[in-house]
Amino acid sequence: MFGRLTIEALPFYSAIAATGAAMVVGGALLVAIVITWLKGWVYLWQEWLTSVDHKRIGAMYIILALIMLLRGFVDAIMMRAQQAMALNNGGYLPPEHFDQIFSSHGTIMIIFMAMPFMTGLLNIAVPLQIGTRDVAFPFLNSLSLWLAASGASLVMVSLVIGKFSTAGWTGYPPYSGIQYSPGVGVDYWIWALLISGVGSTLSGINFIVTILKRRAPGMTLMRMTPFVWTALCTSVLMAFAFPAITVACILLALDRLLGMHFFTNELGGNMMNYANVFWIWGHPEVYILILPAFGVFSEVVATFSRKRLFGYESLVYATAAIAILSFTVWLHHFFTMGSSANVNAFFGVTTMVIAVPTGVKVFNWLLTMYRGRITFHPSMLWTVGFIATFVIGGMTGVLLAVPPVDFLMHNTTFLVAHFHNMIIPGVLFGYLAGYMYWFPKAFGFKMNEPWGTAAFWFWIVGFYLAFMPLYVLGMMGMPRRMEQYNDPSWQPWLVAASMGAVLIMIGIACLIMQVIVSIRDRKKNLDVTGDPYDGRTLEWATSSPPPPYNFAVLPEIRDREALLDMKERGVAYTPPARYHDIEIPKNSPAGVIMGGLSFVFGFAMVWWIWWLAILCGLAMWATMIWRSSDDETDFVLTAAEVERLERARYRELEAARS
Amino acid sequence: MKQAVVTVRYAALAVLALLVAGCDRLVVLNPKGPIADAERGLMIDAFTVMMIVVVPVILMALWFAWRYRAGRNARYEPTWDYSGKVDAVVWLVPALIVIAVAVLLWRSTHKLDPYREIASSTPPLDVQVVAQDWKWLFIYPEQGVASVNQLAIPAGRPISLRITSDTVMNSFYVPALAGQIYAMAGMQTRLQILADKPGKFVGRNTQYSGGGFSDQFFEVVAMSQADFDAWVAKAKQAPARLDPPTYAKLAEKSRLNPITLYSAVEPKLFDAIIDRYTGGHQAHGGQTPTAPARR
Repeated sequence: MFGRLTIEALPFYSAIAATGAAMVVGGALLVAIVITWLKGWVYLWQEWLTSVDHKRIGAMYIILALIMLLRGFVDAIMMRAQQAMALNNGGYLPPEHFDQIFSSHGTIMIIFMAMPFMTGLLNIAVPLQIGTRDVAFPFLNSLSLWLAASGASLVMVSLVIGKFSTAGWTGYPPYSGIQYSPGVGVDYWIWALLISGVGSTLSGINFIVTILKRRAPGMTLMRMTPFVWTALCTSVLMAFAFPAITVACILLALDRLLGMHFFTNELGGNMMNYANVFWIWGHPEVYILILPAFGVFSEVVATFSRKRLFGYESLVYATAAIAILSFTVWLHHFFTMGSSANVNAFFGVTTMVIAVPTGVKVFNWLLTMYRGRITFHPSMLWTVGFIATFVIGGMTGVLLAVPPVDFLMHNTTFLVAHFHNMIIPGVLFGYLAGYMYWFPKAFGFKMNEPWGTAAFWFWIVGFYLAFMPLYVLGMMGMPRRMEQYNDPSWQPWLVAASMGAVLIMIGIACLIMQVIVSIRDRKKNLDVTGDPYDGRTLEWATSSPPPPYNFAVLPEIRDREALLDMKERGVAYTPPARYHDIEIPKNSPAGVIMGGLSFVFGFAMVWWIWWLAILCGLAMWATMIWRSSDDETDFVLTAAEVERLERARYRELEAARS
Repeated sequence: MKQAVVTVRYAALAVLALLVAGCDRLVVLNPKGPIADAERGLMIDAFTVMMIVVVPVILMALWFAWRYRAGRNARYEPTWDYSGKVDAVVWLVPALIVIAVAVLLWRSTHKLDPYREIASSTPPLDVQVVAQDWKWLFIYPEQGVASVNQLAIPAGRPISLRITSDTVMNSFYVPALAGQIYAMAGMQTRLQILADKPGKFVGRNTQYSGGGFSDQFFEVVAMSQADFDAWVAKAKQAPARLDPPTYAKLAEKSRLNPITLYSAVEPKLFDAIIDRYTGGHQAHGGQTPTAPARR
């Protein structure tokens, strides 16, 4: 009846695991109680969960990302604490628990923190920057969100029922095969990645079509903002790379469930094939994450330097070059697998070639600051901090691209330091800069700046303190993922790294305070103009938050800094001669229902509850048919209604001006 | 204020002391053999070349942010957004650096190919390495002895390692002597090492392999040829013999195994370990990890 699910799956075997489970269950209950107390369920369902509006979907993606950031960070600080104390003793975490933590930390931070954060920023900014009313496929967008949430929920549920994978976020066979990992952990990992991965592929397709087909009149490709360019390149990478991880996970699942041999040695299978298929997604994935962050930096640096972005075309070509090259370097993740010198050298060179367009971008940002007039909004602080720190990670990346150096440093904490040096200042700082930059656009009030500034300083100092020691430890030959160790000279560095994690924790507390203070003071910080930074690009032309249709009349674009150009021509914020009816997609519960069903389906597959899996599969199929046969997916907002909304907006603008 | 200065000074001193004390512990920077030495040299060369870009970028980021901050009224050119000369420089300088490092990379990757035997007047000593949960077995085919968790080698003589795994993927790593290479079941990888002088070094598995991963280290003892001969003679006297039942027992999961010597080894044991996983599906020869063991 319940497959291999028994009462023993509950985590009463360990106090720490039980505490983690209690926090997940307690947190979920608390949220449910607060929503009930506020009588918010109907509002939540009608206005948010079933919404197909890209702005709301974007906000929900980012809320998901921030929750998962907390979970991923708890994992991180637990590992740092363990390694700080575990010299010649077991510390406080047994190996099987420590191993789940490093596996979930990586999986969560990449797939369920960074991916939703990135997709959320794309959702909020891209349609507004290209001057469209929504993405090309609004319902698909909602479905992608709920598939991502479903995958994230599977990872969270693994804390309460059963265990998570111990095979690391990369899940290499044969360790992740059924012979060496018979439990449910790897299955949780597989189904979480599979379900959310399908959502990411769909998001990629959605944004490719949106950007290519839905731009406002006059917006040629070379008038798109740098963020939209990075979004386009990332979407192409998503559409092409994510199917690879889906295939890798399906093959691994077939190995585990049906005794097939894609990645085990019997009957001609080979574990090295997994490494290839995994990293053919895994390396582009790194660029999927970082390109939009580069886009944010490009927007922020121009806005807060009050200057046109330097070398726009160079930047566009550099972005496209990175996107293409990202598919040519995957083998550098396993130089140590014994390929011939020619193969290793080839992939080493392609890896280093990526440093050229990346270097070009860094110089373009610097030259945008040069002879600018810089104000230090927190978003700008993240940007400057990124440039100064990222270049160190880039340098260690080029070192690791040299195969013989990689032989020495691979799998050590040097590697861990390197990729955190790319992903924290590169990806996360970029997303936080974008989050603080576009927050007023999404919610209609500005964020508190002092708390944002404080968060930046704690994060960057904490980052250096947490990860520079790991470079040193790598030089001392310390492998990654050690639950305990016997070399006393490592401990001071590990203690220093744990102090860094504490500073980052304070940085996260500042981020939470920033949200609380910003909401408390929202009346004082209303963004009535829709243009809080005297912006240059189109998203600042509409109100904050934008009306459901974004633009009452689609703007005519004449320059890549569309709004600045309109301001200079004196046509910004002028009411149009007349309004038209606007078709707007209706909200639909199908996305959230299919997300929920996919979660139960994944859970059933993890625990071998076949009847439930089949039931959910059929229900998902039926929901899809039901949604597809619905011909009335839009409603019409009449010209009169639009005019009423717009008049109110122009009155507010007038009031703000005078 | 004064107190803060004193605190900062103490903190700086502490960090400095830590660095100095740690320096000889930075095993990667203190290689004990020619392969690791060459790999370290390569790292330092590449590092030095890249400083041409890294240092200016960091300085420019901080300097521009400071110099062009609002309120300071430095020169302001809000529409300056392109310069062909500057564009050429920002593409060409990184490109030239990458070309320089790429040449270095291509040559060194061939020179330091782990499959390429070290040129030497003395013929290499063959050692077969088997990764197990969670220990390392070393088989000396010429000497007919074997050891667990201790790799004894004659200093000054090249050692030619053939590596496989009797469990999940492992990675064989002796940072003082050479970079690492994966150990995979059903396959054989190779690595060449050489210790300049007698000494003791730590070796580890770096590829996470389960609960006993942290305990999976071994010692490498480089010794004079005479001492090595004595070590082999001692091994020959060891009570244990590595016959199939003993091997099966050894291959089971265990942690922190003491150093154990075996006076005799089942012939072709290494090949048999590989064959167990391939079931006769041997891949082609040549330099691939799937190459069958030399017979």
